[in-house]
This record gives sequence, structure tokens and C-alpha cells, in this order.
Amino acid sequence: MSFRQPSILPGFGLTFGFTTFFLGAVVLLPLTALVVRTAMTDWHHVWDVVSSARALASYRLSFGASLLAASINAVFGFIIAWTLVRYDFPGRKIIDALIDMPFALPTAVSGIALTAVFAQNGWFGKYLEPFGIKVAYTWIGIVIALTLIGLPFVVRSVQPALAEVQRDLEDAAETLGAGRFYVFLRIILPTVLPSLATGFTMAFARAVGEYGSVIFIAGNLPLKTEITPLLIVIRLEEFDYGGAAALGFVMLLISFVMLLTINLLQAWGRRRLVGDRR
Amino acid sequence: MAGHGSNVHSAELASRPGRDGLMSALARWTFISVSLAFLAALLFAPLATVFVTAFGKGLGPYFASFSDSDTAAAIKLTLITAAIVVPLNTIFGLAASWAIAKFDFKGKSFLITLIDLPIAVSPVISGLVYVLMFGLQGWFGAWLQDHNISIIFALPGIVLATLFVTFPYVARELIPLMEQLGNDEEEAAITLGAGGWMTFFRVTLPKIRWGLVYGVILCNARAMGEFGAVSVVSGHIRGLTNTMPLHIEILYNEYAFVSAFAVASLLTLLAVATLVIKTLVEWRTGYRRRR
Amino acid sequence: MTSDSMAQSGSTLSALLIVAASALLFAGCGGSEPAGGATADTVALLNVSYDPTREFYREFDTSFAREWKEKTGQTVTVKQSHGGSGQQARAVIDGLDADVVTLALAYDIDSIQQIGKRLGADWQTRLPNNSSPYTSTIVFLVRKGNPKGIHDWSDLVKPGIESIAPNPKTGGGARWVYLAAWGFELQRNLGGDFGKLADPAAADEVAKAQIAAEQFVGQLYSQIPVLDSGARGSTNTFVQRGIGDVLIAWENEALLAIKEMGPGSVEMVIPSISILAEPPVALVDTVVDRKGTRKVAEAYLQHLFTPAGQLLAAKNFYRPRDSAALEQYRAQFPDINLFTIDAAFGGWQKAQATHFADGATFDRISQGRR
Repeated sequence: MSFRQPSILPGFGLTFGFTTFFLGAVVLLPLTALVVRTAMTDWHHVWDVVSSARALASYRLSFGASLLAASINAVFGFIIAWTLVRYDFPGRKIIDALIDMPFALPTAVSGIALTAVFAQNGWFGKYLEPFGIKVAYTWIGIVIALTLIGLPFVVRSVQPALAEVQRDLEDAAETLGAGRFYVFLRIILPTVLPSLATGFTMAFARAVGEYGSVIFIAGNLPLKTEITPLLIVIRLEEFDYGGAAALGFVMLLISFVMLLTINLLQAWGRRRLVGDRR
Repeated sequence: MAGHGSNVHSAELASRPGRDGLMSALARWTFISVSLAFLAALLFAPLATVFVTAFGKGLGPYFASFSDSDTAAAIKLTLITAAIVVPLNTIFGLAASWAIAKFDFKGKSFLITLIDLPIAVSPVISGLVYVLMFGLQGWFGAWLQDHNISIIFALPGIVLATLFVTFPYVARELIPLMEQLGNDEEEAAITLGAGGWMTFFRVTLPKIRWGLVYGVILCNARAMGEFGAVSVVSGHIRGLTNTMPLHIEILYNEYAFVSAFAVASLLTLLAVATLVIKTLVEWRTGYRRRR
Repeated sequence: MTSDSMAQSGSTLSALLIVAASALLFAGCGGSEPAGGATADTVALLNVSYDPTREFYREFDTSFAREWKEKTGQTVTVKQSHGGSGQQARAVIDGLDADVVTLALAYDIDSIQQIGKRLGADWQTRLPNNSSPYTSTIVFLVRKGNPKGIHDWSDLVKPGIESIAPNPKTGGGARWVYLAAWGFELQRNLGGDFGKLADPAAADEVAKAQIAAEQFVGQLYSQIPVLDSGARGSTNTFVQRGIGDVLIAWENEALLAIKEMGPGSVEMVIPSISILAEPPVALVDTVVDRKGTRKVAEAYLQHLFTPAGQLLAAKNFYRPRDSAALEQYRAQFPDINLFTIDAAFGGWQKAQATHFADGATFDRISQGRR
């Protein structure tokens, strides 16, 4: 079997060549610097840094909170995308336009604003406080910050896909008496799933590395509310570039494996879907 | 078909009498209220904080915030950076999605994962890698200094870091969309004798326009809002290498809360730009259709 | 759908072109600034400093430019860069072309010397007073009326008291806070005599005192609910978010907070003893020689020690070295019983290695807190 399946479409050489070149220059070269810097560091030191109790606790927090945030985003992001595409209501266009704000607002601003809202003297915080619910300076605050910064990924991935779902197909199915839930499960979901999975993946990936907004709303207490990117900053503060690179490398490795798994699952799902249709 | 079109459609659907009428209205209101509640708590409240603080002392201090020359320099630097980064990543996104979605080849998932990677890299690390390469202690640092070339702590470093951080945005928006849409129409066009470019512009581009619009908007928003990576390579020189996000942090740290949030509120103008672009695309589409 | 799509392609393209064109338009407006360095009638300096000095250097730069113009006829523009002290030191090591550095602690300038090799090892003796033109110390900021009755360090470890302080692993000022607390308990256990630290006969007593100090500081940090990454962050947490009963902060930071946030909400408490913080300044030799700015950079640092510079420092809440300037701002700077880092910890290098390095005392006490 050859590297590529034959196709009558042109442009593979040009686009594939440009893609790999640009990818190499912008992404792989800098990341090579990270890997080389890690490799140049004393291996015992690298191991001590990446396997310390604090580092392990921070992986649990960073990856756990990110997974939770991405899942929340997958559910609510889908609902929001659905609402924006399918329903018309006053203010829809404005809300639609505001969806990208978590990206445009510098992370520090989101962090400060969220902390202001959820701190014990904030708009929401003061109502949560009597119930003993503390959001700011706890892991809940971290999840909220990570949910906010990942939201546009899911909404913006699902929106175009939903818009392109074949309404005729849907209508036909409904006319033929298929229930709403059946239509959703058999027609809409399969079509939107790749985009939803992409949005989830991106929201998750973004959350894992986030620093700017979390630092304001997390208490930054060792072993409790200390995220991995903060540990990297602490290493840098000690002029320990090797240790910082090592932590960065571990995060990169875990993220890479998780992303690759999701992408492979998606490719597998797509092949099954195509197989079904044929 | 998209956006505007389907809304007309759904309105018809909702008003259609029959057993689904009530259910449909119920579903509609459930979806809208859940969406609004979620967005209100997570997005609108923080945004409102920004505006309440920015206008907290009235209109005068709000507008006075922009008269500062350092603020103007920061806004300019951010716009320049976005103007370089967004077109580059858009071209990349189009090329990558064509290569990946239109063809079947080995290692596709691997390639997609590599494109995803910059999102997963912590901004702190995204900045650090350029320091490792171009810093005085890095690979090329001494050589660059001897030749009087500044990369980090100058515009090129800020552009590189931003390019890295926003790299996947357009591509990742387009790849799943193009995969979902399939190749049939393009293959038909080619069979009928259309050229590659013509097929792309006349068949593919119209189909992916929303994905492209969202991708560009996201990429641009992120390019303008990036803080962490840029902070590492900027050097924080006032009026010279401070981007808007960095300048906002500085103002905030100077207890200039009004100015800080006034500059931040400027970034919400991007939402207005989004609105204009989307309306424009929708309007043009509708216009052509009616004709 | 296909015919529709065909017709729409033009409109999508034009929308995209509008986006691209407006982007390029903005890019066109951007010119490049001169890179710095000296010509006959203008000269540019870059001062890389830490966070809380912004207000001070803004005034000081104007004052210096005026004086330099009078003396030489040359126009000098001073560019400022501010950030966390350690982060700023790293930037200079990695090639940020600072003519002068004005940081929070000598350890950071030592690092520029040792890792970056960008200035001479004797930097701290080149200028008077350990190259520190102004000093500060660590004090407390409490809520109006001092409802929890906090008067000294020992009050901070009482049950139920929450303190706010920045993270010593990420902030220079935060390390002064930690060392001040340690020094308080150390001298209390030594009967107020740091001299015993060097006395072999008192070795047992010193060992016990160090253990007591570690317990004290450990207890103090276990009662801190939020560790912000920098001094200004802690001030905001305490004043704006209303978290904690007491903020342990730089004196200049506390005075500025009272001025900015209004004296109605917080007030300052001076502990019985605190640390003498000496933020140092230095010339970056490799940079000034390459840019040809040595003379003006030297004059800039010298200007910090002149009466005019000292008065500006005092005005911006830094304790001046000059006694005349200190007298003028007497009301602002009450007498405090101060100890030096050299007396209590044997200098920055030793303090850093014992307390803040990876796996050192601070890491130990934070691991114990779970």
C-alpha cells in the first residue's frame, strides 16, 4: 500500500508540502529546543523534578480540572451552539458575537474579573459564601477559569457543523415519523460528533497549559491548588531552566498521548461511519 | 443553509401545528434559558465587571485612559502583531485542511496531533522555547548579538510567540468541517473539467465559509489576547514592547483600575467586528440568493 | 445547494479580503522605533526594575533627564521595564539590553553576574551603601481599627488569624517577608542577640532557636490561604477581595496601598522588629559598553544618591539613606528596630540556599502543610 490513497483531486503536493514546512518551522523547531534542553539536563535532576510529590499533585490537579472543564464545555458548548444556530431570539446576534471574548480578553483580565465575581465579597461569591461554597482560591475556581477559556472552542467547532447538518434529511426523517430523540441520535449527533470531539480536545488541551487566569483565582498553595505551569514558573525563578524544560516536556508528552488517542479514536469513528453509509 | 437560513427554517418548524408543537416550544425555551444562564454566570458577569470598573468613574476618565502614549503604543503593537500572524496562520489552515481532509494518507492522526500541540503547550513554555533558541544563553543568542539582530525582547519575538500560540486555530476549525462535508462535489467539479484553484474557490470555499470565518476570528482574538507566552519574550519595555494584554496588567498593578479595564474593554470591540463580519457574509449570501 | 454555493464564493472571498486588507492597513501604520544607544544630542537608557518601583522611577526619570539636559545639553529618554524581580533578572540574563538594573534583592543581580556574566563581580561595592540608594522594610496592613488586635509577629500565628503574603518561590518581596518572620523568632529565642549566631559557644542555643524559627514560620505560612505570585497581587487580594486579617507587605507597598485605596479601609501596624530590605542598583557593563552609554548610565545611578533623588525616593515611600530627606518625611517613616540579612542569615547567597532553593526550608514547611 502506498503512502497515500489515489484521488482525482489535485493539490496534495503543494498543500501537504506547505503544511509540513510551516509546521516544522513554527512548531517542531521550537519544541525541539525544549526536548534538547531537557535531554541536556542531568537525568537524576530531571527525574527528581518531574516525580516530586508536588509535581504529581499538580499533574492530578491540572489534568483533572482540565478534563472536568472540557467535559462541562462539551455539554454546555453544544447546547449553546444549538441554541445559536437553531433558534432566533432577541439578542442572539450579540450573544453569538460575544462567544469569542474569552480568547480576546487577556487571560489576566479574565482571571481578575472571575476572582472579583466569585470572591467572598463578589457578586456571586457573597451568595455562595453562606452555603459554605468557596469558589475563588479553591479547585472549583480553577475549573471555572478553565471552562471559561475553553468555551469558544466547542461552540465555534460545533456551530458550522450544525449549520451544515442536512435539514432535508432531518425533515424527511421526521415526516416519516421518526421521534425527535431518534433524529438527534441517528442523524444530528453523528454529523456533529467530529466537530464536538475536536472542540473538546482543544478545550482540554488549552486548559492543561493555562497559567494567566488560573493564577489569580487559584490559591496557589503547594499540593492543594498549585497547577503544573506554576511549578514551571517556580523552576524558572530558581534559574533552573533544565527543570522547567523537563516539566514542560512531561506536560507535552502527556498531552501528546491524550491528543493522539482522541484523534485516532476520531479517525476510527469516521471510518466506521463512512463504512456504515456505504 | 447556514446561520440565517436555518433560523427561518426553525421558526417555521416551531410554528408548525401538530403533536410536536408543544414539545418543540418547550425544547426551544429550555435550550435558550440553559444557554443564557450558563453564559451569564461564566461569561457575562466577568465582562460586566470589566465594564463596570472601566466606566466606574464616568466617561471622562474612561476616555482619558486612551490618551496615554504608552497605551497607544501597546495598541499599535498588538494590531501589528495580529496583522502579521493571522494571515499566515489562515493560509496555513487552508493548506493543512485541504491536504488532511481531502486525501487519505498514512500518519494522518499523527499529523493532526502535531498541529494540535501548540494549544496544549503551556504559554510559559511557548515563550521559554524562544528564549532557549534566541536568548543570550541560547543556541543562536551570541551570534544574533554580534550581528545586532534582536529577536526576543523585540517585535520578531512577540510575533513568533504569537504565531506559535495561535498556530492551530484556523486549521482545526476547518479540518473536521471539510471531513464532514466530503469530497463528492469537488470530485464532480474536477471531473467536469474545473481546475484545482477554481474548484477550491467556487466549490470548497463557499461550503466552509463559516468555519473559515470562525477560525480567523478565533485566531485573531487569541493573537490579540495572548498574555503568557508574549510576557516571557517581550521584556516589558514600556511604550516599546508591551502589547495590550501586558499593558493592561501593568495598569492594573499601578492601581489604575479604570485605565486597565478601559483598555480591556477595547478588546470587546472585537465582538463588534465579529458581528459586522458575520452580518456582512450573511447579507451578501442572502442578497445573492434572492437574485 | 451547489449552484447556491457557487454564487456565494465571491462574497465570502470579498469578506475575507476586507479582513486581510484592514489588517494590513494597521500594519502599514507601524513604524519601527530607534533601538536605543547614543548619538550626539540624544541618548536612550533602559532601566530594568521590579514591580513596586514604577511610580518612583517615573518621577525620577523626569528629574534625571532635566538635570542631564542642563549639564550636557543632551536629551536623555529613559525607558522602563517592570516585572517580578527574578523574572526581570532572567530577562537581562537572556539578553534584554538593560543599561541599569534596579531590582528587589542582591541575589537577583548576583545571578545576572554569575549566570549571565553581564557585569563585574564587584558590582555591589561600586556605589555607596551596598549599592542600595533607598531601603524599605516589612510591615503589616490590617483592617480599619485593627479588629483582630494584631501588633507583632507573634500575633500572626494565633488561632484563626489569616495572613496574606506572596509566594517566596516566585517573588522577591515575598522572600523579605519570610526572612523577616524568621528573623523575629530567631532573635526572640536568642534573647535579641544575633551575635550569638557566630559564637561557637552558643551553638546549641542557636540550633534550638533555628528549630523554633522554622516552626514559627511553618505555622505562619499554614495560616496563609492565598499565595499570590507577587507583592502587588497580595495587596489586591487583601484590599480588593477582602481576604485575610493581615497583609504582610513592603512598607512602601503598604503606604502606597493606603494612599491609593483610601485610608478609610486599612491601616498600618509596625512590628517590634523587622528586616532592613536593601533593593540594590547596578550598571550592566556589557550593555553600556556596547551601546556607548556608560557615562550617562553612571550619572543616572549617581543621581539616585543625590539629595534630589533621595527626596523623590522618600516621596514615593522608600526610606532614603540621606538623613535630611528622612527628616523631611519623618512622619511617614517611624523608627523601626531593624536587622540586616547579613547579620541574621549571612547574606543573600546563604539565605537563598538555606531557605528558598529547591528542597530547602520553604519547600519543607510547605510539604508539611497538606
